[in-house]
Parts: sequence; structure tokens; C-alpha cells
Amino acid sequence: MAGSESAQVPLEAYVASAASSVPTTPVTLRHSALVRITHWITTLCFLALLVTGMEIVISHPRFYWGETGNVLTTPLFRIPIPSSRSLVPTGYGYVLPDQNGWSRYLHFQAAWIVVLTGLLYVISAFFSGHLRKDLLPGTADLSWRSFSTAIASHLRFKRPGEAEAWSYNVLQRFSYLFVIFVLFPLIIWTGLAMSPAFVSAFPVTVTSLGGQQSARTIHFFVTIALVLFLLVHVVMICVAGFKSRMRAMVTGKVIKGCADIQTERT
Amino acid sequence: MTDLSRRKLISWGLAATAGVAGLSVAARIAQKYALIPPDHGGICGLGETLTYASHRLLTRHSLAREFSQSQISKPPLVNEMPPLNDAYKRLQAGGFADWRLTVTGMVDRPSSFSLAQLRSYPRRSQITQIACEEGWSYIAEWIGVPLSHVLELVEVQPQARYVVYLSIDPDWWDSIDMSDAMHPQTFLAYGMNGDELPVGNGGPLRLRVPRQLGYKSVKFITHLTVTDSLKGFGKGLGSMEPEAGYAWYAGI
Repeated sequence: MAGSESAQVPLEAYVASAASSVPTTPVTLRHSALVRITHWITTLCFLALLVTGMEIVISHPRFYWGETGNVLTTPLFRIPIPSSRSLVPTGYGYVLPDQNGWSRYLHFQAAWIVVLTGLLYVISAFFSGHLRKDLLPGTADLSWRSFSTAIASHLRFKRPGEAEAWSYNVLQRFSYLFVIFVLFPLIIWTGLAMSPAFVSAFPVTVTSLGGQQSARTIHFFVTIALVLFLLVHVVMICVAGFKSRMRAMVTGKVIKGCADIQTERT
Repeated sequence: MTDLSRRKLISWGLAATAGVAGLSVAARIAQKYALIPPDHGGICGLGETLTYASHRLLTRHSLAREFSQSQISKPPLVNEMPPLNDAYKRLQAGGFADWRLTVTGMVDRPSSFSLAQLRSYPRRSQITQIACEEGWSYIAEWIGVPLSHVLELVEVQPQARYVVYLSIDPDWWDSIDMSDAMHPQTFLAYGMNGDELPVGNGGPLRLRVPRQLGYKSVKFITHLTVTDSLKGFGKGLGSMEPEAGYAWYAGI
């Protein structure tokens, strides 16, 4: 699998080449082709799901708990926005344009693509060593000391050192694992729990959540968690160096990092 | 280096060939077992086809969840709907005594049923949830005759694949495949919550399809056509929903 290419590269390799003043370009890739491709497909699908999901919510911006909920039921909470359907009493005197049709088509299309992409990523991560080497924290990372150092440097928005251009730090590892193995499965599960046909075959997917409206409400909160992750993810990329991190995720290469070492050492 | 790239080229080539072959085999199987929805064209046709095909494989015989009497939503919800037309109002004035359900198409005995006839057939009830594509839902008891009973009476021909159903409102029509049409919970419903089916909920006759979203349960049913192809109906997309931008299959 291509994922094996993203193994951590000993810095000495570059330092040595810099010292001997032979201009070489590192051929080892920061992110394997599979990681880069699945990353950007997931990004596109997530944005499509987010926009279409918001459109679907606008047609009924009220949330409930339990099996059923409608305009005659007391909501758990509601979003104070106008609706795209006149049935909903929002307090606003007007109805927004209805975009539900194409939004639903695109929502489920993007859901299929992101689920299949995610499966490909997870399966290959298991077999390529990407999971073990890049995502699971090492034993040294699991001390309070390493945690508190990582948190402190994050809180100070400290630009990460060179080593982090080649591997994820402990907080990154935990948040990626949480997104991949908790938030994504949860959003797929709650999505399926809203499908009347799917739950006819697998009723436990919805009964275990307390009902179809509970599933819808949890789906909404998991979306918020994923959006928060996205925001922090983008901020961290800007802190670490937007250009170099984007280049690494687009081309797989970390060229600038190499140049940094050369200037530091000379 | 060249060795590596040749190996890569061969493995990518093999993967691509396997992929293309796999796709064409999948398309043939899908066609044979009727796993392709009528609105499979367009940008989002892939997602629709995957949903419909996987549901047909997983849920062909599964039953919609049923609930207890105490879970019935009170008061019952009446959704907004287009104004009733003159034809409806005339029949309503006569207490729906002249309401007819006609069944035509690929059947050996094209027939017309009055409400009294439909009520004389085995009476079934189910307490199921109706979920709207907007996000809200309610639970009600639906009383009626299974559509399969009527389809057996008119003797559906073996090549039939879909049942097209029409409302008294000529712009309101839909269709389901035979798997849903013969499903034991697909009702021609004439009652609700122990009473007659209210006008606001589709009375006097509504097709109830509990494994799909509410919009498939069309109100004021007057006509059924059994067919092997949806091409001749409207734009050939299976119902008026895809024409308005919504999916034909609403089992999601």
C-alpha cells in the first residue's frame, strides 16, 4: 500500500546532505498518495454535506427528542431562523426559497462517496501501517508531561518544530483518531437511523438512540463537532505554516522544511 | 527505478481493468434484478442507484417498525396541501359514495372499486411512523386493505414491475416497484386512529407506504396503473417528485 511511504524520515538524512553541501531534493513523501486523495475527496464531500445539510435543516429548524416531533410538539430547541416551508411557525413573516430537492440528492450522493472513501482510507491505514505509525500515539507520548507540553505549546500558538513537519504530534493523533473512529461512525449511524427503509431491516440502529428524532438531533450535534474540528484544523494549519502544510497535502513533498534545516545549520 | 515504475504500471493497469470489468458486471446484475431507479440519470444518479440497489438487497422483506397505541401522536398532524379541486368537492358533497378506484394496465381484470367494496375486503391496521423529508414525523394508526389484496383481485401479469398511482389532483402522481406494492404494510388506507381517514390526511383514500418518506403516501387516490416501464408516464422519471427535484425512491 502507498501509505507505507509516509514513514517518518530521520532528520539526519537531510542534515547530512546539507552538511556535505550536495543539493538534493527529498524524494520521500510526507503524505502518501492515498492519504492525500482520500483527504481531499473527504473535504469536498464534507463541504457538500454541510451546505446541503443546512438547507435541509432550514426546512424544519426545530429539534426534538424521542420517536416523533412536529409543529404540534414542544421542541427540545429551535434555531432562530426563518424556514423554507410555510408550515413551520418561526415568527418571521416570510418563507425562504426551498432548496430541499437538490440538497437531498447531493447530500446522499456525497454521503455514499465519503463513506466509501473513508472505508478505503481506514482499511488501507490498517494494512499500510499508517494507523500504527502515524495515528496511534507512541508510548512516550502517553505521559502527562508530553500532554501538558503539547497543550501548552498549542495554547501559545507556537509554531511547531521541524519534527512535526514529518509526523503528527500527540494532540493531532488523538483528535484525528477521535474524528475517524468516533465522530464519523456516529454521523453515519445517526444518518442511517433516520432512514425508514434501513431501520425496517435494522431497527436497533434507531431504538438504541431513543428514536428517529433523537437520531436527527444527535446528527446535528455531531455535525457541530465536525465543524469545530474543521475550524481548529484550519487554524492549526495556518499556525504551522499554511503554504508548507498545503504543499505537503497536495504534492506530498516537504521541500521548505529541508531548506529551513540548511539555514539553521550553516 | 524503471523496474518499480513498470511494476506500478502493471498493477495500476490490472486494477483499472478489474475496476471496469467489475463495474460492467455490477451494471448488468443491477439491470437484471431491477436495482436501478428511474431517476438514475444526472449528477446524483450514482448515489440514488447505490441507495435503491442496497435497500432492495437489504430490505426487500423487512417490515416497517410498528408502535403501541400509547405512542400515537396526539393531536394528529395535518400537513399543508394544495387546494382541493372541483371534482373532489363534488364527490365530498355526496359523502364519497361515488368515489372510485380504477385499476388498469398490465392486469387480467381491469376493475373499478367503490369505497364500500374496499371496506368489505380484509381490514388491516398498523401503527407506523410517517416521516416527512423536512425532518418532522408523527405516529398514527392506519386502517385499510393491503394493496397486494387488490392487486391479486385484478390479477397482475407476471411482467409487471411498477404500480403507478394517481391522485384526484392530476398533478399529483407517483409510483412504487412491485416489491413495495406487494409489501404487507403497503395499504390503501381509508381509516386513521380508529376513525375514517380525515380529508387533511388524505381521505377518503390514501396509499400508505410506511417504509418510505411521507411524500410517497399520496393522498386522494383514484387510479392505479400496473406497468413494466415508467417511460410513458410524465417525463419517465417515475413520479412528479424527480420532476420537481426530489428523489423517486424515498426509503433513503
